[in-house]
Amino acid sequence: MSAASVASPKERAGRSALTEFTTRYASQIGITVAFLLLWGTFIVLAPETFTSDLIYKSFAQTTPYFAITAMFLTMVIVAGDIDLSFPSIMALGMVGFVWAWDATGSVALGVISALLVGGCAGLFNGLVVTIVGLPSLVVTIGTQFLFRGLTLVLVAGKSFALVETRGEPARELLNAKPFGIPMEFWWLLGLSILAWVLLNRHRLGANTYIIGDNTQTARLMGIPIRRTRIMLFVLVGVAAALAGMMNSLQIVNFYPNMGSGYLLPTLAAVFVGGTSVFGGRGSVYGTFIGAFMIGGIAAGITAVGLTDFWTNLIYGAIILISISIHAILQRRFQR
Amino acid sequence: MTTVRAAAGDAPAGEGSGPRQSVTRCLELKGVHKSFGGVRVLQDVDFHLDRGEVVGLLGDNGAGKSTLIKIITGYHQPDRGELLFDGQAVHGLTVQKARDLGVETVYQERALADQQPLWRNIFIGRDISNRLGLLDVGQMRRITERLMTEEMGFTSAVLTPDTTVTGLSGGERQGLAIVRALHFEAEIIILDEPTMGLSLKETEKLLRFVEGIRRKGKSAIFIDHNIFHVYSVADRIVVLDRGRIAGDFPTTRYSLDQLMDIMREVATSGSFETDRPKFADVDQAAVSDASDTGASA
Repeated sequence: MSAASVASPKERAGRSALTEFTTRYASQIGITVAFLLLWGTFIVLAPETFTSDLIYKSFAQTTPYFAITAMFLTMVIVAGDIDLSFPSIMALGMVGFVWAWDATGSVALGVISALLVGGCAGLFNGLVVTIVGLPSLVVTIGTQFLFRGLTLVLVAGKSFALVETRGEPARELLNAKPFGIPMEFWWLLGLSILAWVLLNRHRLGANTYIIGDNTQTARLMGIPIRRTRIMLFVLVGVAAALAGMMNSLQIVNFYPNMGSGYLLPTLAAVFVGGTSVFGGRGSVYGTFIGAFMIGGIAAGITAVGLTDFWTNLIYGAIILISISIHAILQRRFQR
Repeated sequence: MTTVRAAAGDAPAGEGSGPRQSVTRCLELKGVHKSFGGVRVLQDVDFHLDRGEVVGLLGDNGAGKSTLIKIITGYHQPDRGELLFDGQAVHGLTVQKARDLGVETVYQERALADQQPLWRNIFIGRDISNRLGLLDVGQMRRITERLMTEEMGFTSAVLTPDTTVTGLSGGERQGLAIVRALHFEAEIIILDEPTMGLSLKETEKLLRFVEGIRRKGKSAIFIDHNIFHVYSVADRIVVLDRGRIAGDFPTTRYSLDQLMDIMREVATSGSFETDRPKFADVDQAAVSDASDTGASA
């Protein structure tokens, strides 16, 4: 088809670069502003706490326990799926760790074993969702019980002391504090970059966006839908196992109910970050910021002098305000 | 056989493809059947497409046009029958395989991802990436930008490769779907109702584009409700009726008026009688087995 009159590149460039940027990244800018406002509020109201580096070191250690999973959960949600079973995978992975470590005495093998168990649990989710053809919401509600139940049965409800793992290099890799910053944070940083690359600069992510946007289109254009969705569940499984392991090794104890408190903060981080529950749209950067907002609220509330009773109320308010901002920006900037 | 063959000489015998045909025949379907939940959508369909040929596919709603092309594109698998690409039988055809064989399709439903930028839509399932699967986003943006200005004739300065499809008009969406099919050097381009929702000017442009396919030695299957559009660009018109091929008419031998009469006849009776005076001037050899129409399974 021939071109009639064509806008020259110059004309296009005439559109201010700033407008271009704000349009494309409206959602990310929105969440950044919300984050800065929240942070600013905490600094003003509790300057002693929020100007010392102690609280940031604490966030850097505790936030990754759910943020690492949130990064890959973002991809699953962009594909139009959801995974609610990851808190149970955090514990199930640790069963793999304890087994391998007990059998071989090697922490490194324990780590590998935990990651494998996590991957297999994710694979199981993916296979049931794609082959039986059930909605992932329903399947992962089921596997959430299944994996937790399996964990409880396998360890007979016991908890395990992990004190002897101290000093092992494999453990240091997960829990040490190089340059005074916890390894948990370095892992989160590295894995966030990985998730960003996978979602935005890799074929897996390209297919993920199309599947979540319009499955029929994906089917007509020959995208490997099943393989892509399974892969995303596997990634979440591995990430959850890693997070569960970091958490357990940090507190040198593994109890079979570990991870169960992380379900809602993780989901909240993803949605506060601007990822659409309907699929097709999402931001790894948004989830990263969202995770630190969610991770910081509890400490912030106590630091500004409110009682713990306020926590849920403020959580709820911040989540609702954030997702409303995203919805408004979305309508405003979608051309 | 329900088929009315125009060019009796090169009609496939049904059994075993003669190697002599494989030289120019880029696509052939033999005895294809397809049912959905007990409803027979296609019955014993034979169809072929030669290199450099534009075949118009006509038929009423529910005649099985969309199912036929979705079998060719690998979206549906036939219950029975054979598909041959360049004379080679292909089994278990998938969409990916069909695209690798050079089949690109402009679907009636457009097959776009609305919330995604234009460049992602152009490259759905065909990303420019390295061995690790890492995308060359810059390259894809540049190609999209070039296609937008040179091929789609997008003149609006607010449209960039990063604009989402939601921001496009119906005609622009159609242009995007067509340019996408074109960009990948397809051997066979299938256009399913491409003029739907297009303005007169856009339709003209589209028809010129279909003629360009033939000039380049590529082939096309052109599906449209509008017989005028089809007649003006097709070498041959295949009429599908209730899941069967009702006839195959080279446009060099049939006038538009004759074809319209035939279409009307097919629409009312599911077949047409060549011995009626109205059709006395129709090439008898060409429609020799028309009397069989509707008789066999």
